[in-house]
Amino acid sequence: MINHEMNLVEDWNNLEKRPMRDGYGEAMVEMARKNTKVVVLIADLLESLKLDEFKKEFPERLIEVGIQEQNMMGLAAGMALSGKIPFVNSFACFSPGRNWEQLRISVCLTKNNVKVIGGHAGFGNGTDGANQQSFEDMAITRVLPNMIVLAPADYEQIKKAVWRVMALDGPVYMRMTKPAREGMTTRTTPFEIGKAQVFREGKDISVFACGSMVYEAMLAAKELAGTVEVEVINVHTIKPLDTEAVVKSARKTGKVVTAEEHSIIGGLGSAVAEVLGENYPVPMRRVGMRDTFGESGEPEELMKKYGLTKNEIIKEIKILVNKNE
Amino acid sequence: MRFSDLEVKANEIRAEVIKMLVEAGTGHPAGALGSADFWTLLYLGGLIKINPQDPWNEDRDRVVLSAGHYCPVLYAVLAEAGFFPKEELSSLRKIDSRLQGHPVARMLPGIENSSGTLGQGISVAVGMALAARMDKKKHRVICFMGDGEQNEGQVWEAYMSVAKYKLSNLTIVIDRNNIQIDGHTEDVMPLEPLEEKLKAFGFAVIEVDGHNMEEIEKAMNRAKVTFEKPTAIVLHTIPGKNVDFMENDYAWHGRAPGMGETVQALMELHKLRTLDGKIIND
Repeated sequence: MINHEMNLVEDWNNLEKRPMRDGYGEAMVEMARKNTKVVVLIADLLESLKLDEFKKEFPERLIEVGIQEQNMMGLAAGMALSGKIPFVNSFACFSPGRNWEQLRISVCLTKNNVKVIGGHAGFGNGTDGANQQSFEDMAITRVLPNMIVLAPADYEQIKKAVWRVMALDGPVYMRMTKPAREGMTTRTTPFEIGKAQVFREGKDISVFACGSMVYEAMLAAKELAGTVEVEVINVHTIKPLDTEAVVKSARKTGKVVTAEEHSIIGGLGSAVAEVLGENYPVPMRRVGMRDTFGESGEPEELMKKYGLTKNEIIKEIKILVNKNE
Repeated sequence: MRFSDLEVKANEIRAEVIKMLVEAGTGHPAGALGSADFWTLLYLGGLIKINPQDPWNEDRDRVVLSAGHYCPVLYAVLAEAGFFPKEELSSLRKIDSRLQGHPVARMLPGIENSSGTLGQGISVAVGMALAARMDKKKHRVICFMGDGEQNEGQVWEAYMSVAKYKLSNLTIVIDRNNIQIDGHTEDVMPLEPLEEKLKAFGFAVIEVDGHNMEEIEKAMNRAKVTFEKPTAIVLHTIPGKNVDFMENDYAWHGRAPGMGETVQALMELHKLRTLDGKIIND
């Protein structure tokens, strides 16, 4: 059963596909109009992150550093220490990939108010091959003290997240996947950092998903409806994880699957396993990249090849349900 | 204070550094002693706009220590200038102390940035200079770096951005003491021709004797009136300066003195607290 409190879209047969980054670029401009402290730093990927409009309207608040991710993070730290709210932008593989140590010392150590936006996460840069793809970004940011880690699910959710990220005093990492994907949330869908969202209620098994995999989880739940009642929870905040919501759902269903466009090591799956292991251990399976690198291909093909689709979620659900019988 | 008084003060700061390090049991004496003349002049000679009673005033000059391991000398001059009680100096590197082994931003009045992993402070300083420019603020940013630190790629990334944004409100100071942990800089990873490199990256470069306060002050004032480009001051210093057995020996980069060595060092520094042979501070 779709949870109507979430004000999700009505017609699931005609979902509008939109890239998350469009929502990001739009929100950044709206936000910069309202808050003069917002500045953008970019490392030679202006259009990829949809920041061209921001540059047009606020050229003096856009710092283009060229291909310098490490310096970019330091600049942002210095600007934050001077009262600005800097947004650091690049592909996730480069930032926080390449500048993790700057993030650790110049930003996280003293809870410096820097926002890191990782674009084209997961298989976003499909055809570019393994080196431009990112399945480690949540793991390496989640481990940093003072860090908040977000992986919103769609265009509308990104738009809301950006405002919350700005309003919060401290470092945040937010990842976005690239392809235009089905929008599930609407303008009136609530969003609060740290609050997981039950998109679909079910009694037999819980699927905790983030980013692009939330939609796949919803598809899986729909397909199994009638035989297995799947609860789908959108965990847009990986850290701090909504422990209460995770335990509550696990208590209700007794079985858990996680799904993420990220390594099963260190990301959402690990975070959920840690919480359940300490609080309420239940049988659990993880869907994600299985300790492997990607390769060249269209994102959709790669998602299939590496098992990041509803089919894989269904397979894992069945393993757990059958085990129980 | 006159230069002669400041030079005496610099040796008191050196003695303070030695005491802090022996108490801590670990730390980096060579660079701290070598750059003591610069730090003393900077904080006690009126070269910067700061107020120990209002350490975070938004119009203050920002002093960014990029080479974090120099912090004992910075802590010592900050205490001397009145940013925090001098008694706290003996807590360096100890548990529950604000004087961390490598500085942590704003943990202590006067500490603007976190450093210790090299090459990061310069980027933070550039960010501060950019923010000051955006806000039409008149304060200056001074970034102090080691010469070994120039090995880091991030430093040269930062220099490119300094040139791009023509940040004449930023002055960088490089302690050219020719040593790093594994040996002499020119053996470990050669930096020369450093002056030419800095010029090529867009700086007005001034090379000074880092133990001649008059020269240092002149260079710092020159930087203030140079608007066409940012200024890099290369301080030529003797690592371990004024403690004979430490001078020019890279082994003292990161080793604290023992008890006997401390006594010897303090005696030497004490002798130097004189003007024209007359002891002025017993």
